[in-house]
Amino acid sequence: MQSRKKILSLILLLAVAVFPLLPTPQFWIIQANYIGLYALVAIGLVLLTGIGGMTSFGQAAFVGIGAYTTSYLTTACAVSPWLTLPIGLLITGVSAYVLGRITLRMSGHYLPLATIAWGISLYFLFGKVEWLGKYDGIAGIPALQLFGFDLAQERHLYFLIWAIVLGATWLALNLLDSRAGRAIRALKGGRTMAEAMGVDTGRYKILIFVLAALLASVSGWLFAHMQRTVNPSPFSLAMGIEYLFIVVVGGIAHVWGALLGAGVLKLLADQLQVLLPALLGSGGNYESIVFGVILILLLKYARGGLWPWFCALAARVMPATKKPVLQPSASAIGRRDVPAKGSPLLQVEQISKRFGGLVAVNDVSFGVKAGEIVGLIGPNGAGKSTTFNLVTGLLHASGGSVSFNAENITGLHSRAIATRGIARTFQHVKLLPSMSVLENVALGAHLRSEQGFVRNTVNAMLHLERKEEQELLNEAARALARVGLQHLMHEQAGNLALGQQRILEIARALCCDPLLLLLDEPAAGLRHLEKQALSKVLQELRESGMSILLVEHDMEFVMQLTDHIVVMEFGAKIAEGTPEQIQQHPAVIEAYLGGIE
Amino acid sequence: MDSSIAAILLLDGLTNGIVYGLIAIALVLVFAVTRILFIPQGEFVAFGALTLAMLQQGMVPGPVWLLLLLAVCATGMQVAALLRSGQRAGIVRCIVKNLLLPVLISALVAWAAPQQFALPVQVALTLLLITALGPLMYQVVYESLADASVLVLLIVSVGIHLAMTGLGLVFFGAEGFRTPAFWDSRWSLGAVTLSAQTVVVILAALALLVTLWLFSDRTLYGKALRATAVNRLGARLMGISTTLAGKLSFGVAAFIGALSGVLIGPMSTIFYDSGFLIGLKGFVAATIGGLASFPLAACGALFVGLLESFSSFWASDYKEVIVFMSLLPVLLWRSFVAPAHDEDEE
Repeated sequence: MQSRKKILSLILLLAVAVFPLLPTPQFWIIQANYIGLYALVAIGLVLLTGIGGMTSFGQAAFVGIGAYTTSYLTTACAVSPWLTLPIGLLITGVSAYVLGRITLRMSGHYLPLATIAWGISLYFLFGKVEWLGKYDGIAGIPALQLFGFDLAQERHLYFLIWAIVLGATWLALNLLDSRAGRAIRALKGGRTMAEAMGVDTGRYKILIFVLAALLASVSGWLFAHMQRTVNPSPFSLAMGIEYLFIVVVGGIAHVWGALLGAGVLKLLADQLQVLLPALLGSGGNYESIVFGVILILLLKYARGGLWPWFCALAARVMPATKKPVLQPSASAIGRRDVPAKGSPLLQVEQISKRFGGLVAVNDVSFGVKAGEIVGLIGPNGAGKSTTFNLVTGLLHASGGSVSFNAENITGLHSRAIATRGIARTFQHVKLLPSMSVLENVALGAHLRSEQGFVRNTVNAMLHLERKEEQELLNEAARALARVGLQHLMHEQAGNLALGQQRILEIARALCCDPLLLLLDEPAAGLRHLEKQALSKVLQELRESGMSILLVEHDMEFVMQLTDHIVVMEFGAKIAEGTPEQIQQHPAVIEAYLGGIE
Repeated sequence: MDSSIAAILLLDGLTNGIVYGLIAIALVLVFAVTRILFIPQGEFVAFGALTLAMLQQGMVPGPVWLLLLLAVCATGMQVAALLRSGQRAGIVRCIVKNLLLPVLISALVAWAAPQQFALPVQVALTLLLITALGPLMYQVVYESLADASVLVLLIVSVGIHLAMTGLGLVFFGAEGFRTPAFWDSRWSLGAVTLSAQTVVVILAALALLVTLWLFSDRTLYGKALRATAVNRLGARLMGISTTLAGKLSFGVAAFIGALSGVLIGPMSTIFYDSGFLIGLKGFVAATIGGLASFPLAACGALFVGLLESFSSFWASDYKEVIVFMSLLPVLLWRSFVAPAHDEDEE
């Protein structure tokens, strides 16, 4: 796998480097430069749309900020272009941050709407402001100079553009293959779960929105110094839509798809400009019809775009070698101090939850002591999962309080609760089906990194955190080995059987290094032997000082495993005690078997 | 600014605001029922105004061809599905059922165009033709995507916008048109002249609102639409087909679009691509209502109309910038009123 990637990257690098050295016609050099500029914007859009599940039509406007900043400063104030680049990045970054802060608090569809408004506004602003040259724009922008090379020549500028494009690709791929990358990949469809693992999803959303805007800004800076003149039209909303078209064509969820899509779009647009008027006459804007129809057809019939198809082809030529199973070594990451066995750990006091008129949980109190396995049982609809959600902060209680490790955690959101050492699994499995088992589990170790957000992100993009990353993956492999799934670590999580997916969730929760583990129906979907194995794992965990609260319907499993049982029915606690006491308890027997009339 | 200018701007803003309000209502309806952010709503407006302009000149309007094309696509897709499942018997019935109405409408419009009937007849033909596009567009483009994410549906909408703008240029040319007023008189109210067209806009909007209310409150189809808007899955379990609800909401949206186009046609020159900005202003209004509330969206539309008319007086160059940038404080306000709710967890 590694060697195949290295060979392909080397071939690509060589091809890119040799292209302008050969007697390539000037026309193709210019095309390649444009493709590079488009690709730069598209890489950001892939991060944002295909991977983060958000979208922006305003990327062209960010390109415009980069281009206009350098155009104005280099012509009117004679500032060096190498100084205007960071200034443009700063302006872009701040505006993207503000835009993101405003819209990303809300549901996903407000961001595209806001970026549409943003794109239109900026286009009109460029076209109306006197000192930006109104619709005529700014001319006479100087060419770039680098180490004595005059980059006015397209052939020279080519190297700068493509060095930046490949650099950006490298950074983006590095970022995705890291702790931060796992968090980013969880944004699309796994936010509740990620928050419960302690991932600050809001922050990562803003991060990729700002990164995408910065890439666009760099593209604009290059564009201005390539064209040597700017006007508002390349930064209009129509262009913003075209960038989105590029990523849909290339492969919306793949960084390389951005490069592929940019190439396809540029070549397609050129062909269409010649072909369509010849075919249909010059009366209409047939290009936009063709683009529109292609966009619809792709999303209807080939949502993955061209890149997956390209990969399948490459895989046939050069089959991937299997990744070796990671043999975990001793953990190098610090662990929490385990509280003394038998000391009170979780205390739930008279907690209730009302949904409108429905009382789902009513005045329920119970406790979990350190090193104890507590079972929460009851018929369907008794309010067990709601209780779980109240303890882990997924829902906020209507009344009552929860304290953990002598700290009141009532009303904290799920991320804050995860930070304090409570990890959970979900009744309806929540994992990221396209990521590997190992990566899914490593998401649980998100909080076990000591670096700050910005430093961690920068290190991840430069792959300076490989040692820490190895430790996190090692931790994940250890958790997998503990639950007996290590042989499947490189499998896609979505390919696992449901029972295995539940076990995966336990491994992920273990990776959080929790003091208290909340398991929602861990044995559902397991076969008899698998249940026994799970029971053994949980007993071992208890030996090592872990406390566990579990909801389960398999009575045999619960009775032989737990130290203490809480029984709920219709939202209220009806009994509590040791397994023996519960088996004899008249209210429990009535709840499960019905009373004797 | 004296009070008479203020009154003129006020009236102007309200008239435009009413039209934006109609569009915003259509957008909220479509979003509630189908989760589609229908970017091309504005194209229906432009198509409506320009179709009427074509009919005025006695020419066959281009959307006739679009209607036929969509009908053929819809039929082709259904026939293909029938063939795949081996139900050859239903093919003829399917072809007739899918093609009959669109062909009749197209033939009617094509026949009526050169006759140059009176304006009300032409308006009726325009509304009929454009409304017929809505359900067919849903059937051809969105039906198989009913379970896709909001994001995918949005990008598809953008695709439709691109295609329809391109087609608009082919159908109507690059020239702009202004259709004649329905009712050409003016009244002086002090310093302000109230044009009859303004009255027509207000009356038409009121009539539409009453009709929509009656439709959603009194008819079974209306109730089905409302049920789907409240809870898609629940409605489906009660036997309301997602496809039916989608087609219905697109029909209503296309009708509202065409009506808006016919209403603003006499007040401003409409080009093939004018619809986009008009539709987006409808989106600004709909966003004020959180894309969920009809009354708030209508109020938002009046706000957008007024903001636009007053900013065209004070800073006419920055009119669009002000209108669209006003979305940002609106979003900020909404993020405090109604913060993130769980969405789209696929």
